Amino acid sequence: MSVSTAYTGVQANKEGSAFTCAACKATYPAAQVAGTLYVCPGCSHHARVGAHERIRQLADKGSFQEWDANLTGTDRLGFFDTRAYVDRLDEARARQQLPDALLTGSGTIHGFAAGLAAFDFGFLGGSLSTAVGERLARAIEHSAEAQLPFVCVTSSGGARMQEGVFSLMQMAKSVSALHELAEAHLPFISILVDPTMGGSIASFAALGDVILAEPKAMIGFTGARVITQATYEQLPAGFQTSEFHHARGLIDRVVDRRDLKAVLAQLLAVLAGPAGEIDQALA
Amino acid sequence: MTAGDLEVEAAPDDAAAAWAHVEVSRHPDRPYALDLIQRCLDDFIELHGDRQGGDDAAMVIGLARLGGHRLAVVANQKGRTLEERGRRNFGMAHPEGYRKAQRLFTLAGRLKLPVVSFIDTPGAYPGVAAEERGQAWAIAQTLEAQLALPTPYLAVVIGEGGSGGALATLLADSVMVLEHAFLSVASPEAAAAILFRDAGQKQHAAAALRLEAKNLLEWGIADEIVPEPEGGAHTDWEKTAALLRPRLEARLRMITERGFDPARRRARYRQLDGLFDA
Ligand SMILES: [Zn+2]
Repeated sequence: MSVSTAYTGVQANKEGSAFTCAACKATYPAAQVAGTLYVCPGCSHHARVGAHERIRQLADKGSFQEWDANLTGTDRLGFFDTRAYVDRLDEARARQQLPDALLTGSGTIHGFAAGLAAFDFGFLGGSLSTAVGERLARAIEHSAEAQLPFVCVTSSGGARMQEGVFSLMQMAKSVSALHELAEAHLPFISILVDPTMGGSIASFAALGDVILAEPKAMIGFTGARVITQATYEQLPAGFQTSEFHHARGLIDRVVDRRDLKAVLAQLLAVLAGPAGEIDQALA
Repeated sequence: MTAGDLEVEAAPDDAAAAWAHVEVSRHPDRPYALDLIQRCLDDFIELHGDRQGGDDAAMVIGLARLGGHRLAVVANQKGRTLEERGRRNFGMAHPEGYRKAQRLFTLAGRLKLPVVSFIDTPGAYPGVAAEERGQAWAIAQTLEAQLALPTPYLAVVIGEGGSGGALATLLADSVMVLEHAFLSVASPEAAAAILFRDAGQKQHAAAALRLEAKNLLEWGIADEIVPEPEGGAHTDWEKTAALLRPRLEARLRMITERGFDPARRRARYRQLDGLFDA
């Protein structure tokens, strides 16, 4: 749930300075890595990007219309660990320029209209609060109402401990909302990016009609460190990466971020394009 | 950070009380699912396998009667002997266990049987093989199966209800919780490791998470607290079962009589936190 230092590369860039790759440590001019969508020009490491940047990368310019912009949650448990949860929330809201860890809205992708949701890992690890769950469920429902395919980019550590069992129940909420989309026969394209763990991958994120993942993203139910501590097992090479899950039939395609918009548009062209005589008869 | 900082929020008494609750729910002599099934249900016959290549002993499925009613049953099962604990992985299921539960939901839908689940798990099994075989996918699909089940569904948390592994058999029309059972987003040890970077702070984590059964009732996540014998269920299995059986039957009847519809179940979990106007 901690905010990774991999994020600092992007933040440094926002301030106009250079971008240092967290993987190969090479430094590049800010404008150059913005042009490669924060994929390292040298080693192709995919740096984590926030929700606003993700939408900028996927939605056609000027097409994004945010949904439920003012919807926020509350500190239901009065939670205090080493700090008050309300203080953590205030700080994250100010830093990430988001009400909580999920940005939702409608937009077009190379002309194809879709409901869009993007998690923000920099906001308390993209964790599932009641507000995140509600924003996600509403985005799914707005998509169903507007007859739009739904595209969600997940980057989430899983549960938000500070919301206790209410966080856990967001798994049920999101899956319940997805039933509406299925009943409307609309596609859900789930895109997994680094990292997608715990309650997020064990609920909505694993239920995409099509599941894509960025290269080398960490994806799994239980984190590697916890598994090692609990079982003393040796972890196989590439454990819990996108490629690992793809090889086991759990992810449809591993897609480089620089190709993601084009692949999405191709999927939407098939799934949301005009029906022919045969498939129209099924509608 | 010192322990003194934490006591500002979680007073030592709260932490001790919350921890005592967790310890009773984990008591080695506490009746496990099959102990209660044998005492509360009639004609229980266990079925085996997920029909996809596995049979996880941490998840038990079967058929039974309760009063005049036919039932499908799914339960987390812990082991009592050293051998059985290993075989049942302390009640922590692998993907095969969740797929076995899905098979039970499918069977119940086809044969129009109400489902009763018994929940007692620290969580899903945290291991390499479980991840390789799609643990997260298996749980997600089980959540989906529960919300599509076309028959009445009652869940009973009888001990530990840990994280997504518990949720896989919890999304019922009505949820009952034994007095000393709990439901939590993570085990107190795991929560402490994340929040305080110290699993030793488990008592404070238990208090901060407010995981006791009575809170679940207050929040509308549970519908009924089932009383246990004085001191806890481990003191008297027969009495525990005698307290549970009539409540199971009354609850099932209530779910069925109020007019049954799976859309209603989905609405319950869509609106559960009650914080947002629809
Ligand atoms: Zn690099």
